[in-house]
Amino acid sequence: MDLKELYRDVILDHNKRPRNFGRIEASDSHADGHNPLCGDRLTVWLRLKDGRIEDVRFEGKGCAISTASASMMTEAVKGKDTAAVQSLYGRIHSLLTRQDAAPDESLGKLAALSGVREFPARVKCASLCWHTLNAALERSATTVSTE
Amino acid sequence: MAVTASRIAPAPAFDVERVRRDFPILERTVNGRPLVFLDSAASSQRPLPVLRAVEYYETHTHANVHRGVYALSQAATEAYEGARERVRRFINAHSTREIIFVRGTTEGINLVAQAYARPRLGPGDEILITGLEHHANIVPWQMVRDQTGCTLRVAPINRRGEVELDHFLSMLSPRTRLVAIAHVSNALGTILPVKRMIDAAHAQGAVVLVDGAQAIPHSVIDVRALGCDFYTFSSHKIYGPTGIGVLYGREELLAAMPPWQGGGDMILTVSFEKTTYNELPWKFEAGTPNISGAVGLAAAMDYVESLGREAIAAHEQRLLQHATRELERIPGIEIIGTAPHKAAVLSFTMEGVHPHDLGTILDAEGVAVRTGHHCAMPVMTFFEIPATARASFGCYNTEADVASLVAALGKAREVFA
Repeated sequence: MDLKELYRDVILDHNKRPRNFGRIEASDSHADGHNPLCGDRLTVWLRLKDGRIEDVRFEGKGCAISTASASMMTEAVKGKDTAAVQSLYGRIHSLLTRQDAAPDESLGKLAALSGVREFPARVKCASLCWHTLNAALERSATTVSTE
Repeated sequence: MAVTASRIAPAPAFDVERVRRDFPILERTVNGRPLVFLDSAASSQRPLPVLRAVEYYETHTHANVHRGVYALSQAATEAYEGARERVRRFINAHSTREIIFVRGTTEGINLVAQAYARPRLGPGDEILITGLEHHANIVPWQMVRDQTGCTLRVAPINRRGEVELDHFLSMLSPRTRLVAIAHVSNALGTILPVKRMIDAAHAQGAVVLVDGAQAIPHSVIDVRALGCDFYTFSSHKIYGPTGIGVLYGREELLAAMPPWQGGGDMILTVSFEKTTYNELPWKFEAGTPNISGAVGLAAAMDYVESLGREAIAAHEQRLLQHATRELERIPGIEIIGTAPHKAAVLSFTMEGVHPHDLGTILDAEGVAVRTGHHCAMPVMTFFEIPATARASFGCYNTEADVASLVAALGKAREVFA
């Protein structure tokens, strides 16, 4: 196992300086996510306009994979509608879990998460933010769990 | 004439290299590196004498116990009941009637919660636990609280990770019906002054259960000297198999308790109108027990005594002190749990590196530590951290293991530079 594959520079950078970190005061929706295995918790805040994500922010404490994944996710989903977010999450999920996943140019920075698939115990760290975003999109303010 | 005698260190009484040869798993590699196993507090490894005892039982002795008149069944019964006697001697219980085989510490606590506390407690009664308990010594009492209307109180801990003894003592009153305390904290390593706590609880008429899961591998346990009413532990923390553990209970208390599971083995006679229950200890052992597990546990206790319990404890204390000194020298490492009296458990955080990332990086170096909340979320909440990394030491760990840990922590610092 190669740690450099997991902790790529872009991931370390987003962990150190998470983008879109904080809350949206006048949000349209938010959801809390919790990974009981490692104690990671995060909240995703959304402002929606015409069915699109106009603004998205997150707050929370987590490992580097969880924080970087959330940070990169917020960059990637801004301006997208629910269908586009679902489609993107489908591709991220394959990237995280399928050993035979082909490189997907359309993922941009998010492709840096491909190293996670060599570390099955860490897949939930990378996917927590996406589950939480989905919950926020469903306007469910209840806590979601990766368990 | 001034003579400075160069002091020669006494020959090590504890030959750790010989001990390591008894544990076949220590020969394997993980991620291309020799395994450095520092998670014995979660589950220890098994030595050859335990593996061989279980294999011998399975290949020569197995049949159901307490049933047949044929030779095998009698041999299995002797092995199982012999294991019970082995446990009795190990913890110095008065009688084998006080030794109940259970699945582990968790089941031992649940048995007491449901068969002792639930029928006796009601509104106005109090159960007292401490702020450093494992979830297994919290949740069963919350269930009893919800079932009976009694109150569950929690004695606080301080920044060193010790129970505030005066505060604990001040919370005892005639309303306190049951006290349930860890002997050693699994998340922090703190050794609790259980003897004083037991005596004080008894003075108020309370019954005391001690969760001994983390104490049993590190110290000599004498339940009669402690004076506790219940003491429970798991086999797999003391180099025995998983899936078996022990609940010790004072005979007088166990005798007065109703059974908590019904079935075979726990009865004397059954008709559709009336069932008479078996005697102790079988009253609490419904169904076919974990016979090979009991055999393995007995072998583990033989093994531990062959090394010497004091010698193991002294070896682990040396390692703990060495590891503590080494980790204190690393910038950014904070040791969580700094009580003066600790078992060989070292919980820590590294600034700027989440424990979960530490766990992955250490694993890549072959170093197995536990990371997370250690089933003690209230402890993490108290220290305002989501998790820690925890290195814990057993009889087979060495200073070289500590060096590997330190080197791997250096690697983590590099990755997160």
